[in-house]
Amino acid sequence: MSNFFEKSDLSRSEAENIISDTLQKCDDGELYLENSKSESILLDDNKIKNSSYNSDLGFGFRAISDEVVAYSHSNEISKNSLKQSSENLKSTLKSVKGTYNHEIPKSNKKYYEHINPIEQKSLNEKIKILNEVNNYLRSKNDNIKQVTANFLGEQKSVEIIRSGGETLTDVRPLIRFNVSVMLEKNGRKETGVYGVGGRQSYDSYLKDDNWKSVCDEALRIASVNLESKPAPAGEMKVVLGPGWPAILIHEAVGHGLEGDFNRKKTSAFHNLMGQKVASEGVTIVDDGTIDNRRGSLTIDDEGTPTEKTVLIENGILKNFMQDRLNARLMKTKSTGSGRRENYRHIVLPRMRNTMMLSGNQTQDEMIKAVDKGIFAVSFGGGQVDITSGKFVFNCTEAYEIVNGKIGSPIKGATLIGDGPSILKEVSMVGNDMMMDPGIGTCGKAGQGVPVGVAQPSILINKMTVGGTKL
Amino acid sequence: MVKDQEFLEKKASYCLGLAKKLGATESSVIVNNSVSETVNFRNKKLDESNRSDDLGISITTYIGKKKSSISSSNLLDDNLNILIEKCVETTKNTPEDEFNSLPDKDLLAKEVKDLDLYDDTHIENDQKIDYLKKLESAASNDKKIVNTESSFTQNKSNFILANSEGFCAGYKTSSFTASSVTVAKDEKSMERDYEYSSKCFLKDLDDAGELGKQAADQTIRKLSPKKIGSEKIAIIFDKRIAKGILSTFASAISSSAISRGTSFLKDKVNQKIFSDKINVLDKPDILKGLGSRNFDSEGVKTDTLKLVDQGILKHYLIDTYNGKKLNLKSNGRCGGTSNLYFENGNISFKDLLNSKSKSLYITETIGHGSNIVTGDYSVGATGFLVENGEFKYPINEITIAGNFKDMFKNITLANDLEFKYSTNSPTMMIEGMVVAGK
Repeated sequence: MSNFFEKSDLSRSEAENIISDTLQKCDDGELYLENSKSESILLDDNKIKNSSYNSDLGFGFRAISDEVVAYSHSNEISKNSLKQSSENLKSTLKSVKGTYNHEIPKSNKKYYEHINPIEQKSLNEKIKILNEVNNYLRSKNDNIKQVTANFLGEQKSVEIIRSGGETLTDVRPLIRFNVSVMLEKNGRKETGVYGVGGRQSYDSYLKDDNWKSVCDEALRIASVNLESKPAPAGEMKVVLGPGWPAILIHEAVGHGLEGDFNRKKTSAFHNLMGQKVASEGVTIVDDGTIDNRRGSLTIDDEGTPTEKTVLIENGILKNFMQDRLNARLMKTKSTGSGRRENYRHIVLPRMRNTMMLSGNQTQDEMIKAVDKGIFAVSFGGGQVDITSGKFVFNCTEAYEIVNGKIGSPIKGATLIGDGPSILKEVSMVGNDMMMDPGIGTCGKAGQGVPVGVAQPSILINKMTVGGTKL
Repeated sequence: MVKDQEFLEKKASYCLGLAKKLGATESSVIVNNSVSETVNFRNKKLDESNRSDDLGISITTYIGKKKSSISSSNLLDDNLNILIEKCVETTKNTPEDEFNSLPDKDLLAKEVKDLDLYDDTHIENDQKIDYLKKLESAASNDKKIVNTESSFTQNKSNFILANSEGFCAGYKTSSFTASSVTVAKDEKSMERDYEYSSKCFLKDLDDAGELGKQAADQTIRKLSPKKIGSEKIAIIFDKRIAKGILSTFASAISSSAISRGTSFLKDKVNQKIFSDKINVLDKPDILKGLGSRNFDSEGVKTDTLKLVDQGILKHYLIDTYNGKKLNLKSNGRCGGTSNLYFENGNISFKDLLNSKSKSLYITETIGHGSNIVTGDYSVGATGFLVENGEFKYPINEITIAGNFKDMFKNITLANDLEFKYSTNSPTMMIEGMVVAGK
């Protein structure tokens, strides 16, 4: 645990006094302290290209009155700096007359261990694995022209001090291991990328030569793409594979169910609570409580314990994801979804691990049900326009389906759809729900946070495929 | 107040001295401080104020051809001692790379010209509030506008870049940015659009009322969009989208993509990649330019480059490491381009719209659909159907796709270039792309 006041001229009790004094007539607010250590080790082009280490320390002081948020952050944890921030908040919230809400739920549950993954494996061991990855892949296939592999490790300690001195803490480990390969054959180049990660030590993911399976998967995707032909253009049926393709759910409906957009009525879902927004059999949850997952949190960045929030149950819209501010203004409870990238940013309601639960059909049945369409197995990234509801994602591995059979691989194409209606076009839900491998980062308002997704195979009746073949 | 040069220089020289003492043969350091103050409005009321004071330091140490780096926001000497020791220790344990080195001394910037990048004016939050009130009142004039969110940010930054070869320089920059995002609604649809202005000097910022009206008009015209069928059709890219195509070009000619062999423009120097009429410049010394600078992030002098001359690719964007690998000298582009732009074409915006009986005018794209390895491009798009020079109706839920190799050869530019961002393009038409819709 970090002691944020150890090397400061500011004592904990002085800080508590400034916090209580600043927030006394506010509705909510807190001092958020953060100390993070992260490393990145990169192998590229046959060499260790980069080994870097970052240590980041700072605070963010927030005061909320009604709908107005005043925020100030700094890297200097000192008496002067905190006082200056306090003055800054007071000058924004000139005439406050709220009552501070002291209520914050408690839980003893923890969803990851108190470890520092960076320290658990020496630099030499990490470099050794990266070199092994490079040698393994290059000896496996003569067409390999480029291999990139990297380790990213982080330990983030956070402390939240509320008015009155109530203190909440969390220490969050996070790692990621990524491999990217580029193949070249007959003048054509294609890449394949795969990675794993979560809130455990590197060895939990890499032991017993497990890293080889990450390499094999990246190579497999690149090899498939080398044989791909132009993707079709136009509306057709789409079968999505299980696991990572659930970023469709994340983009298409997840963002639209975040509290802020619905309070402001700028989400296409804002007036659909309790209504049917998806086909029967479609249930979607956002769960922060799965052990060691990338999107899991013991407490969110306001100190609220996370939970499993049911968003859509059997097709009916049940809940939005809330932070404290939007929950108060919408007269409901925080779902433990208040997150921020780091102390430089304000809290926003965000997703954690967003999952569509299994149904009872098989992927085989779905493929057989399609005359002309595509089977999308893996994706790059996605994006959504919350207001119009339109969303896209980019296939990185996909195949044609012709007359109920999987055909040739097709080039990376963008798929576009309409969030509020897409889930009504889901006509089959598979029995094969799978979590993603632990690689997702979600961007919103310039802030990136780690998230997870999961889904079974699904059949969507109609989506527009953005290929070049008319 | 943003920290002064003296403070930053003292920290920088402390780090270089310590690195040397601990065994680094060469080292470089960047120290920066950035103070911003933002006020946000929503529906004509104060929504958020945000003050940030960011300090940062990043140090790279070399021992012969071994290299490692650290960065931190904690500039206390105690912390720097621990980190630099760690950095030197890591450097010792990192394998050698023959191309690792500081830039050649003769390439480093010798003088720091005043490019007029710093405005000392301080705009108080109350003045920001006045600006935003005016902006939001103009933005919400029409009843169809149901939500407005606007923001005003003042940023003041300062930095020092120093290395063990004796380079030590830095300067202050400022920016004033106003933006407005509006949501419009009718019976059939809800749409969002925005307008934005960012300048080095406060007095150059767009008028609040104009900005708000612009955002609202651009949103309202998107209401009740239709979806069109799949076809091959000429695409006209609004300037704010056309600049993205230029940015993709810049990533494809970065020396790192070239030296790794992961760009579709590898080995294309002195070859024709655009049509005859196309010229691309990267000009770092534009006064008050949003991308202007004296040197790159390694201290190498940055001169104007004509990257594309009459359709022919003339230069890659080269930094020290990848330059050595490619046997080329750095041209001061570590960290990317400065003020990058397509030169104007020779027809007006109106004539461009009129040049085809039917075309699509794209105002927004979504998704990450640019692949610089293969040149493939496929993104979601929003815009308007244009017939005989007139905007007929709004379009959405379509994708546009092509390959940059073909797209670049089929570009026609209008003559309406303006320097609104650091990367800029006139309105752009590309023929031969495929639209996927119904």
